[in-house]
Amino acid sequence: MSVDIVKSVRDCFPIFKNKINGKSLSYLDNAAITQVPDVMISSLDNFYRNINANVHRGAYSLSELATEKYEGTRIKISKYIGASDPSECIFVKGTTEGINLVSNSYLRPRLMPGDEVLISYMEHHSNIVPWYLLCKELKAKLKVIPILQSGELDYSVIPSLLTSRTKLFAITHISNSLGTVNDLKYLINISHSKNIPILIDGAQSLSNGFINVKELDCDFYTLSSHKMFGPNGLGVLYVKKKILEKMVPYQGGGDMIKQVSFSNITWNDCPYKFEAGTPSIANVVAFGETIDFLKNLDLKSLFLYKKELFDYACSELLKIPGVKFIGSPKHRAEILSFILEGIHPHDVGTIANHYGVAVRTGHHCSMPVMDFFGVSSTVRMSLSIYNTEEDISKLVYSINKAKKVFF
Amino acid sequence: MIELYRDLIIDHGVNPRNKYILQCFTHSAKGFNHFCGDNFILYLNIIDDIICDISFEGQGCSISMASASLMTLSLKNKSVEYAFKMFDYMRDVIKGNIKQDSQFYDINVLSNVKNFPSRVKCATLIWHTLNDALLYKGKS
Repeated sequence: MSVDIVKSVRDCFPIFKNKINGKSLSYLDNAAITQVPDVMISSLDNFYRNINANVHRGAYSLSELATEKYEGTRIKISKYIGASDPSECIFVKGTTEGINLVSNSYLRPRLMPGDEVLISYMEHHSNIVPWYLLCKELKAKLKVIPILQSGELDYSVIPSLLTSRTKLFAITHISNSLGTVNDLKYLINISHSKNIPILIDGAQSLSNGFINVKELDCDFYTLSSHKMFGPNGLGVLYVKKKILEKMVPYQGGGDMIKQVSFSNITWNDCPYKFEAGTPSIANVVAFGETIDFLKNLDLKSLFLYKKELFDYACSELLKIPGVKFIGSPKHRAEILSFILEGIHPHDVGTIANHYGVAVRTGHHCSMPVMDFFGVSSTVRMSLSIYNTEEDISKLVYSINKAKKVFF
Repeated sequence: MIELYRDLIIDHGVNPRNKYILQCFTHSAKGFNHFCGDNFILYLNIIDDIICDISFEGQGCSISMASASLMTLSLKNKSVEYAFKMFDYMRDVIKGNIKQDSQFYDINVLSNVKNFPSRVKCATLIWHTLNDALLYKGKS
């Protein structure tokens, strides 16, 4: 991929025009949040200036337009992830709320004492805590697939961990702390071979590749808009239609009902039954614009470019004495956790920031992973399609500067 | 280089003083920063309201380590009342709520952290642990 194409993509993201501590921004924390294109920001501005009205209510033009745009995004995202029908896509606050919705609307009525929920050691806290809460309350067991030193799942034990008591298998597609890409095809097949529904935490998926939920045949899939160049505070939960129809509401409120009296309530149709109250309309509309933006990019080539840049970054980082990578998965996204001998990750982060480099430091909401590798925190570099070799050079430069401060 | 990393911080951050488990102690508390995973255990041996000995164990960044190290030096052989006064002072000066008092020149270096909001918790962690130990964690 030519440097010009990457530059033209980078130019679509206005934040890179800003200076951080007087330096150009090298943003390497894309696993936490991705930057947003101009078209997304203009869409928000346009919505509030020209469209702002509530959806599914009001027989006036603005409300009709807002509804059309809001539902238009549902169609766009359902096509983007390969859902059979837009009604299988529920707008939520993010991946976290998507998982909580499944926990409460699907699993809660089905989980009996002694039943099991299977997750893995590499989950983000958002795919641990909701299950922990429910299992504890209903006296069920939370079982955990171990990981290996490579940062990969221990696939050998998965068949025996899926038992006749397992009511749900919830697992991440890509580890947010290690970058490990899990074998979804295998995981979904083995789960279904035992008639166990499976939830995929797709928070890191769509900034790293493409997804087709129908082909994958997963039962639940959840994503966050802010990790795929869209607005924050918004996500989507995909649920297979035949499962969705059997689920009970998660939250009560306006728009999720058809009829209300004090003795009886009739729920609205899916997916509205799960979208109580006024949704994040402007964000949903702007997310639709973001999807259009992504569809106009040559994402396939850009993802390939990102992979090459990642390989370059790894080779440059390994040249620095004292740098140690955490995990070495064969299949990985462009996310790398590393430590620097003798210097705490937070100090690396502060010094990198001084040179305009934004890297994440800490436990990355994955404390079990940190415990497994015997560290309390790491430096995490996560790349996106707008990163350049210069960003990598600045990271390497700031790490060398950090070493000069401490040694 | 960055004003945060003054020589004194680097010195105490890399080679912290009094970093060991105190064999004989009357008060102890754990401090944990859930944002970053830094964790400390503080030990105090208090006799007749005087901190006769003080040490800590744990892991953390150079700022939290230097803060703990400098704290142990500043509180040894001081009264519990003085320790509470120092807790109030350090909490406020690190957050930038009050101006530096020159009589505490030896640990005022930590107050540079106020210009690095994401690091304030690193510097205050051990001081909150101290407060916790003095208030609630006396051995019965």
